[in-house]
Amino acid sequence: MKTHTRVLIFISCVLMLTAYFLPLWHILLDAPQYPEGLEMKIWLNGLSGSIQQINGLNHYIGMKFISVDDFKEFRILPYVFGALTLIGFAAAIARSRRLLWAWFIGLCLFAIVGFGDFYVWEYNYGHNLNPHAAIKVEGMNYQPPLFGYKQLLNFTAGSLPDTGGILVGVGGLLAAAALFYKPQQSSNKIK
Amino acid sequence: MKFLSYKLLVPALAILAGSTISGCKPGKAGSSVDADAAQKVYVAPGKYDEVYAFLSGGFSGQVAAYGIPSGRLLKVIPVFSQNPENGYGYSEETKPMLNTSHGFVPWDDSHHPELSKTNGEDDGRWLFINGNNTPRIARINLATFKTVEILELPNIGGNHASPFCTENTEYVVGNTRFSEPLDNSNGDVPINSYKKNFKGAVSFVKVDKDKGAMNLAFQLIVPPFNYDLAHAGKGPSHDWIFFTCYNTEQANTLLEVNASQRDKDFIMAVNWKKAEELIAAGKGTKITGKYAHNVYNENTHTATSVMETGTQTLDVTKFPGLVYYLPCPKSPHGVDVTPDGEYMAASGKLAAVIPVFSFKKMLAAIDKKQYDGMIDGVLPVLKYEDVLHGEVKKPGLGPLHTEFDGKGYAYTTMFVSSEVVKWKIDNLEIIDRIPSYYSPGHLSVVGGDSKKPFGKYLLSLNKITKDRYLPTGPELAQACQLIDITGNKMKLLLDFPTIGEPHYAQMIPAEKILKNQVKFFKLEENKNAYATKSEKDTKVVRNGNRVDVYMTAIRSHLAPDNIEGIKIGDEVYVHVTNLEQDWDVPHGFAIKGANNAELLIMPGETCTLKWTPGLVGIVPFYCTDFCSALHQEMQGYFRVSPAGSNVPVKFSIGENPVTQ
Repeated sequence: MKTHTRVLIFISCVLMLTAYFLPLWHILLDAPQYPEGLEMKIWLNGLSGSIQQINGLNHYIGMKFISVDDFKEFRILPYVFGALTLIGFAAAIARSRRLLWAWFIGLCLFAIVGFGDFYVWEYNYGHNLNPHAAIKVEGMNYQPPLFGYKQLLNFTAGSLPDTGGILVGVGGLLAAAALFYKPQQSSNKIK
Repeated sequence: MKFLSYKLLVPALAILAGSTISGCKPGKAGSSVDADAAQKVYVAPGKYDEVYAFLSGGFSGQVAAYGIPSGRLLKVIPVFSQNPENGYGYSEETKPMLNTSHGFVPWDDSHHPELSKTNGEDDGRWLFINGNNTPRIARINLATFKTVEILELPNIGGNHASPFCTENTEYVVGNTRFSEPLDNSNGDVPINSYKKNFKGAVSFVKVDKDKGAMNLAFQLIVPPFNYDLAHAGKGPSHDWIFFTCYNTEQANTLLEVNASQRDKDFIMAVNWKKAEELIAAGKGTKITGKYAHNVYNENTHTATSVMETGTQTLDVTKFPGLVYYLPCPKSPHGVDVTPDGEYMAASGKLAAVIPVFSFKKMLAAIDKKQYDGMIDGVLPVLKYEDVLHGEVKKPGLGPLHTEFDGKGYAYTTMFVSSEVVKWKIDNLEIIDRIPSYYSPGHLSVVGGDSKKPFGKYLLSLNKITKDRYLPTGPELAQACQLIDITGNKMKLLLDFPTIGEPHYAQMIPAEKILKNQVKFFKLEENKNAYATKSEKDTKVVRNGNRVDVYMTAIRSHLAPDNIEGIKIGDEVYVHVTNLEQDWDVPHGFAIKGANNAELLIMPGETCTLKWTPGLVGIVPFYCTDFCSALHQEMQGYFRVSPAGSNVPVKFSIGENPVTQ
């Protein structure tokens, strides 16, 4: 394993570790009467932001209350992600291309399962509404977008990566680069 | 960039493939301030505004008068709440105004101002306003901007659907937000016996054509729904008045859920003419129920409160043809009749459309007698399709209230989507929409609920203010926006803060009010029992522990200004008559340590402050309204002696002159 690969892996792993200190994702809600916007941040191990206000609004449409305790994911995610990152470090230290592949596939699976899980949660929150809700709009569901923006009644809902998510994303790209990038001549430039 | 091999795209695509409907962030609706806004709202110094706007004070209990288009606050008219600034509700003359069957209630929740109407047009004579809390209707004389009458309503919980008036102000109405057992029944019942024991009562308050004097003519006993708003018909629909009903589920708990279950609630159409005939024919049943009737006499400048004991009622279930129900989606707020009296636009606050009903179709449906069921077995519900003119589709979210410009257009507030929507009455097409900051409740067009709207301006009355003005801590002023409706597109002109909460406003061209303005009260017409019309008549009279001080005020002295012989334990009534006979020369009157308020006495008026001295010593009194160059000299002293003291009553002015 070349040095530049090890450096890429190392940087990638360090970026991944920011997930423990920075929010990964955020959901934004914008409405005329909320000019300042409402925001919910998703962390590796929990949620933060205007959850109380969002729950307060959602009760009109009969959406289930968002509560951190409902998400088992937040209890296991820090460990799964930590294990993955350890594999990355191990690949760099052991100079093992096999471990590097394992790490990369692990990351891809993590992303796919993670987004899949996120989608399912969003679907459930958006569709499983209390039939006794005050506001019922025929044919309307309130599933937030997985990525990007969507209009939900008077709210514009946005779903975008937050700082931690962006850094982890860059880390992922670097992991891919470590695997696939082959310098033509030497690694001097990167070094 | 070579290292970005195609394989890298796999995880990236996996992410994007999972995306549902997504896209770029939609642009925010830009500010729609008219480029000429400054010019259109600028009223040069010394010039008058074109329009008066009367905004309810909501939890302040008062009414505020503003000039439009400048948005300048002209006066807060005290109505249901005491006002220490001018002594309203504190002075002996005005205390009876706030009397109720519950005793003295010096506050309320004022919601809907309503201008008196002649031939369906605002006539500028009186302004009615409801007290939502302790059910009351007040009448303000727009010649003096004073509250001159307050009538309590028995048998109801909160007088919300009020005080809308019929085409010639034959009646102003009240209807209850909270149904409850009638006053003559035993009200000590389980709350969950709601359906059995609770009732609604629609009050019809007769208004004297010339004097404006109100009296409770009769009440209709109706099913125990929550009644929200009303509007009377005009022209062809003259004989009818329409009320919105919600909580037709008849829930008595957690109404935010339980009263939002049915897809359709009702508009209750009442044939008031028929009710009037039945009452005249002696078909009414008198039921007992106490309610206060408070009248301010403009000659004596004194209010009296009379406790009435009963009212005529008609149980609508016993008189077919009195009420019909129009199904209306969902928890309707406003029901607003077009200027021609042909259509009723209803705003279901949880509905996705604005249904517009046709009065003609309603009459036809009544004739056909094909009903969509009955309420309480006997009250016909008409079929939605039979009475519908059409629906305004996709108007926005949370339609609340509609007014008209007289040019064929209607304007509806959207609470949830925070906007005002303009639509055409004949084809129900949406013409324009403009954002509102934020979450408007009612709106007001000049003359917008009358037969001949003046149009030109629209006020959007908002519930949420947030970032519109310099912040003032957690408690912010409420907001309203002035919108130009002269063109096809609405244009925002001005944004200004209000007192209390402006639930609703009425606007009227200023000329209709200006012509009746009283500049001062004529002293010779002052019939107050304690009036002192000349300085030589001033006196202090002791009667047991009651001391009456007959005082005058004129620039720049109060007479008498040295008063001795007041003792601890006395009740001192200071009757101050303002002898001035010119425009804008009020005098104030204030006593150190007075436990109630000060007075503001208009020229020619007499006001009385009751003062119970608490401490022995010298107590200054003075004028609080900067009246003249020597205002600061307008003062005097009481000498307060201990109880049982033998200091004689003595009063003077100008004795003991200063010698050089």
